[in-house]
Parts: sequence; C-alpha cells; structure tokens
Amino acid sequence: MPLLYLAMAEAGYLTNEGMEEVAEWCEITPAQVQAVASFYTMYKREPTGTYLISCCTSISCMLLGSDDVLHAVEDESGVPHGETDAAGLVSVEHVECIGACGGAPAVQVNYELIEGVNAVKARELVRWLRKAQPQVVNTDEMQSLFGGRRSFDWAITEEGGAVGPYPAFQPLGTAKSESDA
Amino acid sequence: MKAPLVVTRRMTDHPADSHTIARYEATGGYAEAKRAITMTRDDLVDEIKASGLLGRGGAAFSAGLKWSFLAPARPSYLVVNADESEPGTFKDRQLLERDPHQMVEGIVITAIANEVHHAFIYIRGEYAKPARRVQQAVDEAYERGYLGEGIFGSAYSLDVTVHLGGGAYICGEETALINSLEGLRGEPRLKPPYFPAAKGLYMMPTIVNNVETVSNLPHILAMGASGYSGLTGSADTGTFMTSLSGHVKKPGNYELPHGITWRELIYEIGGGVRDDKGLKAWIPGGASAPWFIPEKHIDLEITKEVTASAGSMLGSGAVIVMDEDTCMVRAAERIVRFFSHESCGQCTPCREGTTWLEMILRRIEEGQGRAVDLDLLVDVSDGISIDLAWPPKMTTICPLGPSAVSPIIALRDYFRDEVDAHVRRGGCWFPGAVKSGGTTPQTPRSPLVTVTSAEGRSSDQLASDRDRAGGGE
Repeated sequence: MPLLYLAMAEAGYLTNEGMEEVAEWCEITPAQVQAVASFYTMYKREPTGTYLISCCTSISCMLLGSDDVLHAVEDESGVPHGETDAAGLVSVEHVECIGACGGAPAVQVNYELIEGVNAVKARELVRWLRKAQPQVVNTDEMQSLFGGRRSFDWAITEEGGAVGPYPAFQPLGTAKSESDA
Repeated sequence: MKAPLVVTRRMTDHPADSHTIARYEATGGYAEAKRAITMTRDDLVDEIKASGLLGRGGAAFSAGLKWSFLAPARPSYLVVNADESEPGTFKDRQLLERDPHQMVEGIVITAIANEVHHAFIYIRGEYAKPARRVQQAVDEAYERGYLGEGIFGSAYSLDVTVHLGGGAYICGEETALINSLEGLRGEPRLKPPYFPAAKGLYMMPTIVNNVETVSNLPHILAMGASGYSGLTGSADTGTFMTSLSGHVKKPGNYELPHGITWRELIYEIGGGVRDDKGLKAWIPGGASAPWFIPEKHIDLEITKEVTASAGSMLGSGAVIVMDEDTCMVRAAERIVRFFSHESCGQCTPCREGTTWLEMILRRIEEGQGRAVDLDLLVDVSDGISIDLAWPPKMTTICPLGPSAVSPIIALRDYFRDEVDAHVRRGGCWFPGAVKSGGTTPQTPRSPLVTVTSAEGRSSDQLASDRDRAGGGE
C-alpha cells in the first residue's frame, strides 16, 4: 500500500503504468494491484486536481449543515462530486466521516483538515486555492482563514503540509519493505 | 462526577508541548516501560487482567483476557488499530496528535507482555497529520533507544512500523485491518479459524488493540491494577473517552468516569442542546449503535451492562445528539448510506441489503415513499440481522451489516409516525429538505431512485408486487 501512494506521488494519480510498476516490485499481477487499489477510496485512478477538496457529509457534519458546504464548494468551483476542473487544479468529492465531528462541518484539502467550515467560508476557500495556488497546503493556515469551531484544541502548529492529492506522510517513500505491497 | 483524568491528563496540563518527548519524560514518561522490562510476561498479563481494562475499539472486551488468548506460536505481532472511522468518533485523533508517546509506551508494554518484537500502527489514510506526529514520536523513541535493538539497555528488541491506510472504514475490523496491512483488499476474514490471536498477521498470533486501550497501559502499571479499577467505583473500571458531536452546545472529546448518566453527559458536560431546543434522540456509541430517546433512556447510567440491557452499546464512545428539528428519516438515510458505501461487498446480505435500505430511505425522504416502506425496511433489515435482535444474530462475516440496521430499529420503535407522515405528506418538511431530483449527496455506486431488477422490472414495480402480496412483516 505505501508503494501505491508512492506511485500516486509520482504522477498525481494512480496510472496504469504506476500500478504495473508496483506489480513488478511485488511480483504479483497488475490485476492484483488494481484489485487492491480499487478497494480503497484514497487511491485515485483518474487524473486528480492539484487540490482535492473532500467535504465530509456523514451524520455529525450533516446535522450541522455539511450539505450546504458541499453545494457551496461544488457551485463555486463548478466541479461536481467526483470530478476535476478543466485546468486540473481543483477536484471535489464528498466523503464519509473524517473524524472531525466535534468541529463539524469539516473539509479536507489534500487530507489537511479544516474544521467548523460554513458555506460562505467554503466559497472563500475555493477562490483562495485558485488564486493563491499554495505549493504546500498547510492545515493551520487554512484553519485560521476558513475554519471555525474545532473538535479539540490543536495546540501545536506545523509548518509543512501536503503537496498533492495524497496524504503528506514523509516516510512513505522510505517505508520498510515488509509493510509494503 | 468530576473525572480523574488519565489518558488526557498530560495534554490538559501541558497543552503546548504534550506531544514532545521532553514533556513526556518530564511527566514520568517511559518509566513504566522500563519497569515492564524487568517483569515477567505472566505478571504483566495478570496485572492488566486485574485492572478490568476493556478494549476501547468498540467491542469492549477485556484487554487482559484478549492477551491471554495469544497462541504460543512465534513470531507474534502487535497491531495498534488507529483506523478510527466510526461516524461521530474523533477521540483517537486527539490521542495520536496530542500524546503520541503515551501510545508508544503502551506499545512497548504490550509487546513485552506478549513477546512481540514487531508492532504496527495502522493509521487511517485521512489522518495525515496524526500520522506525522506518531512517526515523529516513533523516530524519537528509536533515537533514545526505547525502540529498536536492545530497548532500555536490555536484550529485548522491538521494531515499530507506522502504516497509513487507504480510506476504508471496514479496515477498523481487526481481520480486515490485518488483510490491509498485508497489502490485500481490506475484507474481513472468517472467525474461526482466523482469530487474530491464533492466525493473524502473516498467519501468526497477533494482538490487535485500539489506540485508547494501549494509551491506558502506562497508567495502569503506574497506579497498579487496584488503583486503576478503583478510580471511579463503577462496574466498568477506569475512565472512557467520549466524542460528543451533533446538536450540543459544547461538542468535543471528554474523558469521563463510567457510571454517569446520559442526562449529565448531554446537559452538563455537553452544555445542553443547541439553542435550548428539545432533545429528540441520540446515538450512544457511534453510528453502529441503536439509538436512544429521552423518554426512555436519559437517566440510564453509561456502563457497558446497562447500555446493553437497554438494547444498544457504547461502541466507540461517540455520542451524536439530534435536536427536535432533525429529520429522523434523513438521519437514518445518512447513516445507512455510510454503511452502504463502506460495505466491503463480500457478504450478500450486507452488500445488497444496505444498498436497498439506502434507496428506500431516500425515496421516503424525497417524497416517493409508500405506506409499506417502513415494513419493507424492517424486512430487508431482518435479512441482514435476523429478528433485529440485540446483540445481533449474524448473517455476515463481520458486524458491519448488522450495524446498518440500527437506525431502522429506531424508526420502527420510536419514529413510525414520522416515517408515515413523510409518506402521507409527500416528503420531508424539516429544514433543508431536498425533493426528488435534488442534489442530496449519494453513494456514487448506488442507482438514483429507480433501479431495474434482473428480470427487467423497476424497483417501483417490485414494490407494487410486494403491496399486492401483502408486503411487510
């Protein structure tokens, strides 16, 4: 699984060539790799925008207006759920619970979290992403610009963040071979 | 009712740097792991067993007992389940971000108690930030010689690998998690024979414990089993973390003693219902748990036994509060949609049943419901979870399918009138209602409103066939 993320980091999404290369590394067939990749929602097998906006619409977020947030993001970006804009900049999806229910409604950009979003802030977020086009998507920066109530005090700020539509987790490239596949 | 904080003590007292190894060690960190090295395996297991610590992943099974089931074959593995994805739950995220060393020390203790030399932390992929924190903590522990070859100067070696999931709720189920860790599709395995304690990761004996469970261990050793079990005077020992969300004034994670009542939790700790509206219902233990209503359950104690005898569970500790303006059909639809989306597809009752439940609920909400639809929902649910009994009678490999029927039980038992009114009035009248053809977010793979059966009949025709046949229960 770490190899699949690595393949995504190379092309921005999981290409057939990427999956074939993973298959070679693991000494299994490309079909077996695809079977695994298609099981998980985070392996994107179609071109995905530089910024993947994931709006949570599960129960806790729904109770506090997540459908409005999703519709605001879709409307402002012109990108419906599961699709990417022509420029390849923004992808939009609605997702199931991302574990930020105390700060509902929650939105992630490239898996970096923003809590306490509303429809107005969601529109601002889309405009900001398109205009500023940050190299690194930083959760603390976005939370201060577009967020509201949080699940708990985050307390500690971070410098780094995500550089593409896959989780910003440094050791992925260096994970030990025994946990790979 | 003031709780003695255990796992959230450090992050409460030292919010700015509770995640650093310096603060962790300054507040007594890793002392218990050092002591555990000198203890025998039996003593450690007995101590945890005596503490009465219950697993905090949802099943509430005795942690010590779970350890004692570990088969003798070696190597054995430890997997920490940080695939927290039960809707409503966000406690583990806080523990991972704010006090990762506490979990790492718990891992060392668990490893020593179970002769484990390689532990894995499986973190859900969406938790990129918690994963970074945990990786940093693991790296620091390696640097100090608390992990790796010869930990704490002993002959014992322990490696820890942080693994990122791919976005699948089902991987929180322990055997699915193991499959996923092996690089396979995250489909649960049949038990028996694939009990993790006997045939787990790479077919070797494996302990799978939740983040909160593991995080409690250093404290149990520090306090001693009797100190820990005497913390609250309740039948369930120690504290529990609850994630409060939905229509409450003060949502958030709270570490609480077992044995307080729901009224105390919702009205005192949660500050009451948003805008002082009436309380309509709440979900006591994550989306999988059958719902509670104020008329019957508000003064019940929050313990495993009391909750189970009232027909629900504390599950992951997530409490989702719904006020009087909440449409129960929409809430049920949203929860069922979750399970429909997250069903791994192995077992027919779950794969097909959750899809049908979602579609029927959506058509009721959007104004195309029929008088028999509630009975139809109950009938489909009965196919997933026979008799809708509690605890569920299983028709499936794992409990995901039976979890999906929890909202249906609530509709049947408490909100029948509201469902009927949706049918009579041609849809939902609550704020934010979406009529048919609207843009309610849907599970991508589900058909819209009408589907066609194998024989070429639409769902409408199928339902009218049912009507003619008498339908329902």
